[in-house]
Amino acid sequence: MAQEIRVPEVSDGVTEGTVISVAVAVGDKVEADQTLLEMETDKAVVAIPSPFDGTITEIRVAEGDTVSVGAVIMTGEPGGGKVAAPAPTAAAVSAPAPAETPAEPAPAPEPASEPAPAAEAPAPSAAPAEDVDLTPVREGERVAPAAPSVRRLARDLGVDIYQVQGTGPGGRISEQDVRIFVRETMQRITGGGPAPAVTGEFPGLHAQRPLPDFSKWGGVTQEPLSKVRSITADAMSYAWSTIPMVTQYDKADITELEAFRKEFNRKADPAGKLTMTAILVRICGAALRAFPQFNSSLDLARKELILKDYVHIGVAVDTPGGLLVPVLRDADRKGIETLAVELNETAAKTRERRMSPADLEGGTFTISNLGGIGGTAFTPIVYAPQVAILGVSRAGMEPVWDGSQFNPRQVMPLSLTYDHRVIDGADGARFLRWICQAIEKPINLVMKG
Amino acid sequence: MSENTAIPAKAQLVVIGAGPGGYAAAFKAAELGLQVTVIDPEANPGGVCLHRGCIPSKALLHVAKLVSEAEDSAEIGVTFGKPKIDLDKVRDWKNEVIGKLTGGLGMKVQHKKLTYVRGMAEFKDANTLSVTAADGTVGSMAFEQAIVATGSRPIMLPGFEPGSERIYDSTGALDLVDVPASLLVVGGGYIGLELGSAYQAMGSKVSVVEMTNGLLPGCDRDLVSVLKRRLDKKFDAIMLNTKVAGLKELKTGVQVTLEDKKGEQTKQKFAKVLVAIGRRPNTEDLGLDKAGIEVDEKGFVKVDGQRRTTVANIFAIGDIAGEPMLAHKAYGEAAVAAEAAAGRKAVYDPRAIPAVVFTDPEIAWCGITETEARAAKRKVKTAKLPWRGVGRTLTLGRDDGITKLIVDPETEAVLGVAVAGPGAGELIAEGVLAMEMAAVASDLRGTIHPHPTLSETIFEAAEMLFKP
Repeated sequence: MAQEIRVPEVSDGVTEGTVISVAVAVGDKVEADQTLLEMETDKAVVAIPSPFDGTITEIRVAEGDTVSVGAVIMTGEPGGGKVAAPAPTAAAVSAPAPAETPAEPAPAPEPASEPAPAAEAPAPSAAPAEDVDLTPVREGERVAPAAPSVRRLARDLGVDIYQVQGTGPGGRISEQDVRIFVRETMQRITGGGPAPAVTGEFPGLHAQRPLPDFSKWGGVTQEPLSKVRSITADAMSYAWSTIPMVTQYDKADITELEAFRKEFNRKADPAGKLTMTAILVRICGAALRAFPQFNSSLDLARKELILKDYVHIGVAVDTPGGLLVPVLRDADRKGIETLAVELNETAAKTRERRMSPADLEGGTFTISNLGGIGGTAFTPIVYAPQVAILGVSRAGMEPVWDGSQFNPRQVMPLSLTYDHRVIDGADGARFLRWICQAIEKPINLVMKG
Repeated sequence: MSENTAIPAKAQLVVIGAGPGGYAAAFKAAELGLQVTVIDPEANPGGVCLHRGCIPSKALLHVAKLVSEAEDSAEIGVTFGKPKIDLDKVRDWKNEVIGKLTGGLGMKVQHKKLTYVRGMAEFKDANTLSVTAADGTVGSMAFEQAIVATGSRPIMLPGFEPGSERIYDSTGALDLVDVPASLLVVGGGYIGLELGSAYQAMGSKVSVVEMTNGLLPGCDRDLVSVLKRRLDKKFDAIMLNTKVAGLKELKTGVQVTLEDKKGEQTKQKFAKVLVAIGRRPNTEDLGLDKAGIEVDEKGFVKVDGQRRTTVANIFAIGDIAGEPMLAHKAYGEAAVAAEAAAGRKAVYDPRAIPAVVFTDPEIAWCGITETEARAAKRKVKTAKLPWRGVGRTLTLGRDDGITKLIVDPETEAVLGVAVAGPGAGELIAEGVLAMEMAAVASDLRGTIHPHPTLSETIFEAAEMLFKP
């Protein structure tokens, strides 16, 4: 008997994603847990596994489609047991798929008694309808429970009625629900407003001034923003426009630490290779314990500072698809060797986009190390709702005065950006000094940490 | 008369066809400030609905109702003599009804200052029509936007042209030339059953032949059985799983060869044969291809959610834009197309389109049917209330009826409503409103219904859903 395959819950708060590759074709035999397609969500690329051994009988999505959690993506015929055929690769596939229906295509055409969703599917046309959604009934037979007047209001306001959460019996959407949706969306766009209570995640849109016609001055090409790029743009604009930030600079003498690190790595196997970032994760973990306000988030609406009992440190990783920040858990309670192994593995997984969305969540502080590339200093941007971020630049030899003479020492520049609403300048300076001292004399970690 | 044979050189909005879809769209567009020209071969708007469909058939069914109620009343102690049908008078009355309604629409055309051209139109390209007026003059008309609403026509059995003396379609039957001694209705759909009922009441011996295994294909069987129980008594025969293998027109009637499921043939003679096997959209002679308008394999014009065709400045509504071919569906589309033509953000998104069969008893439903729910493997909860114990049905002397609610088992949202019984067509409006307003069963149960009326059956059916 045919069974529908739906998009599973991939992570908290993830409601939809973009299909980036379909790994099977109609007629393929698949094994349970074999990857059927890959989907890019707000947070990661997730592989959707087959729930059964069997044969794929229908594929309802194509690459580039947006699919919601719970939507039917394929149907299959379970049975047939394990199969020997190797799983086809993504390149082998361009699956047939309905063009217009992102969620569930309508079932069989319905008889004369009812508006047949199938028949209503908008035919491709040059309809100058601008932003009007011409799909009268979406998501198969489930329709948005709203009266005609409410649907009209939503249409006039440019609201997708399917995004509005109804508060009435049976999920019925009232005029009030539509107005609340608009108000909360506006509050989010303009920054500030309280987090929405009843609406789903709405991508923040930052006001943009009209762009000139660039092609007046030469050739241009347009490429769509990747999901990672749009999320980054959104997060950065939000942080930049709402957080008053200060960047504090300092330098740490790493001569002894580097000598130790090189010596350690001569004997270590590649998986356990010790990086400066791994050491900094541990040191920052201890620093965050010593300065708990750096391990907090600000809730201005409630006038509260949320202090976290855990220390999870995000490490910015440069991937071909853009910057991603996987999180190392409990950085204050693990040894540097353990952290080094974890970091190497996480970084590799992240570059290959194999991490799960959960791996990117829950960070309380972030380290961005550009030392491998170069530069003398930079101003990182706080990753809201965190309150501080440490930037690391390239270490170099400098003459250091020891009281009687200059000595050649290896010195690493550090930049700490913090949310000035939460952290005062003096504390910012103290926090960064604490880190430098721990780098220079690791005994401090045990003395103070 | 709103007739005008002068063909204007250009139109801001031209509406082709003045049936329920066309005239409704024209009036709405005029209200929204557009300059509207309407083209239709009849002297007055009305289309099939008023001239040859809904309205005349309902007039005849009213006659049938009077006859049948007079007959039934003997059982409750009121006896009338055998009814005498003055066919000329009935026909005059029917035509008077049509005249009043279409004439009224003609007046409205003048009031709203529409340009009405009596004639036919054909596309030359996506901005030009060739118009042939009723007096034979031919002219070219440039237009900015067009709404095509040319409707549908009955399908004849292959090899028979409408207009035959003894083998006719619904149009011929509604002309009411005579009351044949015997009438075979080919097709057990709503048109055949309605007209068959009317002729039976006026005195014809009526038989029905239907190719599939039941009357009213697509309708839930529990509703059909309410109707069939009564029709079995009124009609001479209802032959299911039977095909018409041959028709031979004789001087005194039609010899019909019937073929059952096993392939066995029998010959029977009827005075007249009414063919009611479906309708076909009028999309052939419009030059749609010259305008670039695409048509699907069934002959329906392809349209989007605003009823725009594949050519953005041309809309299609009503029977040519797809099933169901019902006047009220065309009204809905007309409003959307007219608003879209006027630049408004309208979308055709009905939650339910009611279907009504005006037989005795009537059958009406909206939303999902049980049959569809089963086919789609959708879980539903149903409440079926037989009319046997309901006060109002008994006082009407009619307890043959059923009211059915279909709801979502989780949200209790009303997914479908169906009624079989006298007055079902009026009752279904509550179901349609419930669906459009996204009502749940508690809403129907929490609404005070007037007592004693048939509408209480909807309330009581909703109550059934909450009984343990």
